[in-house]
Amino acid sequence: MISGLLQYEFLQNAFLTGMIIGVIAPLLGVFIVVRRLSLIADALSHVTLAGIAASLLLEKKFMIFSGLNPLYMGMAFSVGGSLFIEKLRTVYKHYQELAIPIILSGGIGLGVIFISLADGFNTDLFSYLFGSVSAVSRADLWTILIISILVIALVVLLYKELFLLSFDEEYARATGIAAKTLHFIFIIMVALVIAASMRIVGILLVSSLMTLPVAASIRFAKGFKQTIFFSILFGEVSVLGGLFLSYYLDLAPGGTIVMIAVLILVLAIWLKKRAATRSI
Amino acid sequence: MDTNDYIVQVQDLYYRYDKENVLENINLSIKKGSFLAIVGPNGSGKSTLLKLMLGLIKPQQGLIRLFGQDINKFKEQHKIGFVSQKANSFNTGFPATVFEVVASGLTKKLGLFNFLRKTDHVKIKQAIESVGMGKFLDRNIGELSGGQQQRVFIARALVSEPELLILDEPTVGVDVQNVNSFYGMLETLNKEKGITLLLVTHDIGTISEKVTNVACLNKNMHFHGSAEEFEQLKINDVSEIYGHDVHVLTHDHHHHGGGHLHD
Repeated sequence: MISGLLQYEFLQNAFLTGMIIGVIAPLLGVFIVVRRLSLIADALSHVTLAGIAASLLLEKKFMIFSGLNPLYMGMAFSVGGSLFIEKLRTVYKHYQELAIPIILSGGIGLGVIFISLADGFNTDLFSYLFGSVSAVSRADLWTILIISILVIALVVLLYKELFLLSFDEEYARATGIAAKTLHFIFIIMVALVIAASMRIVGILLVSSLMTLPVAASIRFAKGFKQTIFFSILFGEVSVLGGLFLSYYLDLAPGGTIVMIAVLILVLAIWLKKRAATRSI
Repeated sequence: MDTNDYIVQVQDLYYRYDKENVLENINLSIKKGSFLAIVGPNGSGKSTLLKLMLGLIKPQQGLIRLFGQDINKFKEQHKIGFVSQKANSFNTGFPATVFEVVASGLTKKLGLFNFLRKTDHVKIKQAIESVGMGKFLDRNIGELSGGQQQRVFIARALVSEPELLILDEPTVGVDVQNVNSFYGMLETLNKEKGITLLLVTHDIGTISEKVTNVACLNKNMHFHGSAEEFEQLKINDVSEIYGHDVHVLTHDHHHHGGGHLHD
């Protein structure tokens, strides 16, 4: 594979993209999990699907859009979906989780309509659903790189505010933190990272890359920074291990990545349990 | 009256929710260096009054001044430390150490895009020591007992060196044996560090000996004066103050200092 990496551009693209999303997906995932927003990632990934289907449809029907990268429209839909979720959460103050199934089913419904309007697509769509190693273009890589630099910079610069918002929202507001603006920035970052990650792991599996590494590290990490560190470590191991395995065994990369993440999670739960019983 | 002597001034305050008055005609002033307890039964509007003072909600009528400034223009939130009823605003599974939680108390004071400096690390450790939690620096907050967690939250409020510390039912979830040492710690903060304290509680018995002022609230402000004046009120007067049938329960004095108010 090493020689393949040197030889083929598509492999380089896939690996570099994988390394990037192995960092940013769990990084945002930590905040998502501790704020109990895990399902938002699922809802937004399905909205992203609608955007991609819309883009593929335009490409098929109108010549002008033939060069359009579906990633951009996926991102636009994802960001739009995140804004809708926020709106719905204020409309249904006492049923905030309702926003998620509404957006999720809305996203799928719209996506399916676009797909049927185009009389079905080729294998392209399949690669968006489940991720693909060969589908990542150089243009995708650059877009994803720019997004990740933006996201990492924002998380570092706003770290203490994001921490406080996540830990104790009421206190954050009481001390005069602009909680609404901060949450808005956060949810847009989530939308962008989801759109960026779906190339490799696929729309249906994006949320797992944001939640599984966090679920594992939260079992034993001391403190928040350590939780972030282990989440990123587990994310990287899952992505790189998954890409290697899927290349050699000819498996779907998205599925392999997620299964490695699940394996790490099971190990973390088991080791923690063993440590707990031993200390007694 | 010189406004600078008063840290909080509330004038003719009304707050309505769903067309019903939660608070009516509230007047309250907190003098610098005092230790005020606002007491009242559940649903008397205590927490609402706190939220109004913190600017979390806005009154339909009336005036609130903080440090002599109108609350709408007040920008020095770091002068006010706030410890909420822990139970309803905190996820005990949250992976954060005591140090990280207390450090988050500096968020507003440091300002956007600024990181913790070495001097801040010292301040954080001092704040943790001052509530007697020095040994637990690297523990996850969820591993501590209710009373210990409450001390950590006080340290978080103290780390930004506030002039006023507001506590909402701080002894809920603290076991009885530790309540006295908890109030003792508050007394020290008030007397030795000169921090003005505002405590909201339904626990009348224990606090009247520790505080300097008492305000009795039940939709209206029924009493607002010094702790000595409050002590002189008889139990009958207290129930009159509350405006309806109140039982003052006296607990076994072996493990409890005084009475509870129930409605």
